[in-house]
Amino acid sequence: MTPSVETRTSVVWDYAPAPESAEHIRLRGRYGLFLDGDFRAPADGRYVPTLNPATEEPIAEVAWAGPADVTAAIERARAAFPAWAALPALERGKYLFRIARLIQERARELAVVETLDGGKPLRESRDVDIPLAAAHFFHYAGWADKLGYGVAAREVAPLGVVGQIVPWNFPLLMAAWKLAPALACGNVAILKPAETTPLTALLLAEICAEAELPAGVVAILPGDGGAGATLVRAPGVDKIAFTGSTAVGRDIQTALAGQDVPLTLELGGKSANIVFEDAALDQAVEGIVNGIFFNQGHVCCAGSRLLIQESVRDEVIAKLWRRMGRLRVGDPLDKNTDVGAINSAEQLARIETLVAAGEEEGALRRTVACELPERGYWFAPTLFTDVSPAHRIAAEEIFGPVVSVLTFRTQAEAIEKANNSRYGLAAGIWTDKGAKAFEVASALRAGVVWQNTYNHFDPTAAFGGYKESGFGREGGPAGLRPYLRVLR
Amino acid sequence: MTRRLAVRKTYKLWIGGAFVRSESGRYDEADGVNFPRASRKDVRDAVAAARGAAAPWAARTPYNRGQILYRAAEALESRADSMRAPRDEVDACVDVLLHYAGWTDKLQPVLGGVNPVAAPFLSFSLPEPTGVVGVVAPDAPALLGLIAELAPTLAAGNVAVAIVSESEPLVGLDLAEVLGVSDVPGGVVNLLSGRRAELATALGAHRDLNAIVDAGADAELSAELDRLAAETIKRVRHGDAATSYDAAVGDALERMEAVTELKTAWHPVGA
Repeated sequence: MTPSVETRTSVVWDYAPAPESAEHIRLRGRYGLFLDGDFRAPADGRYVPTLNPATEEPIAEVAWAGPADVTAAIERARAAFPAWAALPALERGKYLFRIARLIQERARELAVVETLDGGKPLRESRDVDIPLAAAHFFHYAGWADKLGYGVAAREVAPLGVVGQIVPWNFPLLMAAWKLAPALACGNVAILKPAETTPLTALLLAEICAEAELPAGVVAILPGDGGAGATLVRAPGVDKIAFTGSTAVGRDIQTALAGQDVPLTLELGGKSANIVFEDAALDQAVEGIVNGIFFNQGHVCCAGSRLLIQESVRDEVIAKLWRRMGRLRVGDPLDKNTDVGAINSAEQLARIETLVAAGEEEGALRRTVACELPERGYWFAPTLFTDVSPAHRIAAEEIFGPVVSVLTFRTQAEAIEKANNSRYGLAAGIWTDKGAKAFEVASALRAGVVWQNTYNHFDPTAAFGGYKESGFGREGGPAGLRPYLRVLR
Repeated sequence: MTRRLAVRKTYKLWIGGAFVRSESGRYDEADGVNFPRASRKDVRDAVAAARGAAAPWAARTPYNRGQILYRAAEALESRADSMRAPRDEVDACVDVLLHYAGWTDKLQPVLGGVNPVAAPFLSFSLPEPTGVVGVVAPDAPALLGLIAELAPTLAAGNVAVAIVSESEPLVGLDLAEVLGVSDVPGGVVNLLSGRRAELATALGAHRDLNAIVDAGADAELSAELDRLAAETIKRVRHGDAATSYDAAVGDALERMEAVTELKTAWHPVGA
């Protein structure tokens, strides 16, 4: 680790450890595939341990789906589709309401498991991931019998069997974003959770069973990229929805070329967080921290390009660096932890590679000099200044707790620099001038724009990208459209 | 008495509001008339012209864009008898332009709205144009098939680079003279004639193109366009050639949604 340019301001007081108890969670030693309404052994008998990235210790063994399992899931889904689609819409909605309620009931357990399996701070899984997942099911449950109102009064029908692939950064929440609208629209779904974070999706499988969701309506098939690739290419899948990297999204779009399989992609980003000189700077600094250090920066819409107006550059950086020194990095289960573990060794290596590239290309690196646990995957919060738009750390998605600072003089320059990206997922604007905020928001080529806040999500608000950040939306009535066929 | 010699029209491409020959100097012939066989370089020039026109066109008010599309309907009606297309096809084209002229200020209320978020924010989602759209027109009907793709693209606030019918290119090139007198700003529509497969793949591979609308009815080319589009995650819509007014407007919203992005903005309420 490179020594920091400034030493950390000493903390005035220390915190006693405040770990959340993991005693009440009910994890099995081994999970099968959730297929046809129950956990079943994979055809080739392959089980892989899932690790706690904060300790590198195994938590449970999880079955990985092979091609035969994908085929079986598609067959069972196809068999379940007619009855599910024919169910009175209100009844279909009731199942989703049940799932929402069960998520709420098991919220604390889900939060602990999410944190164990993925490394994110408990404060986030408890206050953000799990409540939003329940809210998403609740929202789309209510849409099930109102679909005609959601798509501009057109006559609609479900697509059939949808294949859904979700990432490891918000495992349960992304599963909710995928399953809730698909099921509300009358589709049946095959969900592949991410390789490193299958557990909460498997708990969701238990919840589906507990809700008495008809067998075959939801299958949950853990596995690696190979299982995802099989699902994408399998005959009998009527729609693919993917959240993940732009590189994999491109592969999927290519694989579906010439086929009549609708696709939605929610991909990477390099989102600009723009601080104007008239912003409330202390509030902005909190927003910058939330924008990039939330979930260790494992956020597709993370505010990873910080654009600061030159007149306040030094002041904002000084405040930000001071604030970064007070971030608590460590045990994700500790209720005071701000920054948890990096999700996997692979992701840690990617962060280290890009950070090294930043240093080689001449940007100035500062990394908080905090103590990191000996075991597990960790990366201390890092700030790059003197970054040029041509640097890799200004253009490529790092997906870690690393922020790159660029500056601008005028509003026009801020807009131009913010839009100078192959991505277009999100952006932040910090200003106290309302008219300016609205003007800049409309000029940014990004799917979500936050003024004086960042990383806010809601099941009623559409989320999704412009340009190479993907296409299609999740959330609100726009989130129904990818799961429906318009009949006229 | 000396017979008056007709003044023949030299058919040209329409790029950036200018009538130009193909930079390649190549020509083909249709109906005894020479017309330019555009090159890959012409495609790049047209995309560059379109990109320059995209932001100003998107920034115009929907009301203004609607009036311009209506003006195009007027201009086409007045030239109906001289277009190289059957009168009833031209009539349908006029009606299609008129239909989409009325859409420009309806798209936002239909697709957008205020999101009732569970936090103190004014959150709303609004449609915005995707940007520069490549249009692959069908061979026939040459004029209606082209306008059925162009009109929704423009109504949603996009700009277009269109490849006109390969077998009947003249009527598509004549459309430039209609749009050119309709206050359509230079570069908002660009019309290219030539070999579809050559030009469409150049469009599909262009990194500064945001979307492709393909009515070329060629399965092999469609699949190739899909593959090329994936490189920069372009939006792609494949459709059949519109053969009637009803076919061109029956799925109006789908046509416009295919070249529309939804932006969600969050503004704080209170402190």
